[in-house]
Amino acid sequence: MMKKYYDAVVIGAGCAGLAAAVALKKNGIEDVLLLEKDEETGGILNQCIHNGFGLSAFGEQMSGPAFAQRFYEQAVSQGVIFRTGVMVTKISPDKTIVCSSMQDGVVTLQAGVIILAVGCYERNSGAIAIPGDRPAGVYTAGQAQKYLNMDGMMVGNRVFILGSGDIGLIMARRMRLEGAEVLGVAEVMPYSNGLPRNIQQCLIDYDIPLYLSHTVTGIHGKTRLTGIDLSQVDENRNPIPGATKRIECDTLLLSVGLIPENHLGDACGIPMDPAIHGPRVDESYMTEIPGIFACGNGLHVHDLADYAAHQGTMAGNGAAAYLKNGENLSHKISVVAGNQVGYVVPSYVHTENVMKTAELYFRVKQPMEHVEIVIRSGEKVIRRMKKDHVIPSEMEMVIIAGKMLEGLQDDLIVEVHA
Amino acid sequence: MKKETKQLICVNCPKGCRITVTMEGEKAVEVTGYSCENGKNYAMQESVCPMRILTTTVKITQSTLRVLPVMSEKEIPLHVWKQAMEEVRKITVQAPVSIGQVIKEDLCGTGVRLIASRSMKKV
Repeated sequence: MMKKYYDAVVIGAGCAGLAAAVALKKNGIEDVLLLEKDEETGGILNQCIHNGFGLSAFGEQMSGPAFAQRFYEQAVSQGVIFRTGVMVTKISPDKTIVCSSMQDGVVTLQAGVIILAVGCYERNSGAIAIPGDRPAGVYTAGQAQKYLNMDGMMVGNRVFILGSGDIGLIMARRMRLEGAEVLGVAEVMPYSNGLPRNIQQCLIDYDIPLYLSHTVTGIHGKTRLTGIDLSQVDENRNPIPGATKRIECDTLLLSVGLIPENHLGDACGIPMDPAIHGPRVDESYMTEIPGIFACGNGLHVHDLADYAAHQGTMAGNGAAAYLKNGENLSHKISVVAGNQVGYVVPSYVHTENVMKTAELYFRVKQPMEHVEIVIRSGEKVIRRMKKDHVIPSEMEMVIIAGKMLEGLQDDLIVEVHA
Repeated sequence: MKKETKQLICVNCPKGCRITVTMEGEKAVEVTGYSCENGKNYAMQESVCPMRILTTTVKITQSTLRVLPVMSEKEIPLHVWKQAMEEVRKITVQAPVSIGQVIKEDLCGTGVRLIASRSMKKV
């Protein structure tokens, strides 16, 4: 049975939610409830069997499931209360939560704080509207990953992949290892959207071609996919007439982007930032509804689970501070994406009583070399740093000492100059 | 002897350092662009014989899932991946399994062990 009231309820037991729950307990918060819709904790990490997790969080090379397991063990030893198989259907600004489960039916709870760690979902074939037939054999990369890595089922034998996001690259290698022919990866942009290491270890290692400035313009097959049209695109991403070839394949995997899952937040009226498809938050990861926090891929899509987990820790610290000290009512300034910057998280920062550090996460709009990153408030430069290269697929993070924000009046602008 | 340079992307961590290795025949004589010792070692090794951690799954019985994620405990030569996968495909384990448990002692003659990369309960 669940109680009627918990000091803190974390929704989603992926690495961000687990880390947030651990942080709440470490800050001395008594009742911390972690709700997970799946039957086990770990979230999407359970299907990410490749290594490369844990390097920044634990200084080890770990698989995704191992990384999730480590956080789970921490949460257990800290005394976090778990409920799996529980689907949250509604949250409200007064921090009531409606959830349903086989065990307890529909239950309403009251929380002191709520942390949304709800993860993200994949853009699917409907969202990218490829013309042609609608046969079986078209999957999102993550869906194929789950079938293969958790259910032990191959989705096809001759595979083409649209989109060079990391999951697509990792699935290219995974399908190749399991004996499929992987015919290529198409990327509509003139540069890859995946991490450079994944281009090396997933494509180059296995001689899988990467078609930059290419997209899929046709899908063929009545019941099962029989082929796709691969077209070269111009600088405006429009297919070039005559530059199309047919590739015979039985499977098309889509790795065309991730979007934070925000049905709960939207229905609750939490203001969203359209640039990240996630809630507008302050430097403690509190949304604009006091006492409701957001972190991980449900806030904005991270490159690495390590960073999502780190953000969970920070949100847990922020939520604990809110429970102990109440809301930070000091003056707030907006954080603005300036020159060459696509988005910045958080959306605004306080200028008094800021925690020890504030983190700014951002992505550049295009690949650039030998750049200077400048963070300023009006004319006052807060931080200035140089980088050899920046690319949109690698998120940048800048840490600012909380005291640097004290007393600022003008918007905080993050900009990148060549 | 003629010098030749190779451009590499380090795969040790997501930073993905771009490393340049200068080769004199079969020998790496100069490495630049790395930002840690692991990166330097990677580049030296990569220019002679690329090594990779292998991550895959083996069949498991009496558990909630049908497959168990496994990984090679250390890097194995990239070029043996096909043989390694053939060996792995023949393995079936029984739940329960603990993380780190040895699934196979010697992965296709490399001397490297194959280990479970998560725990799985028996149902």
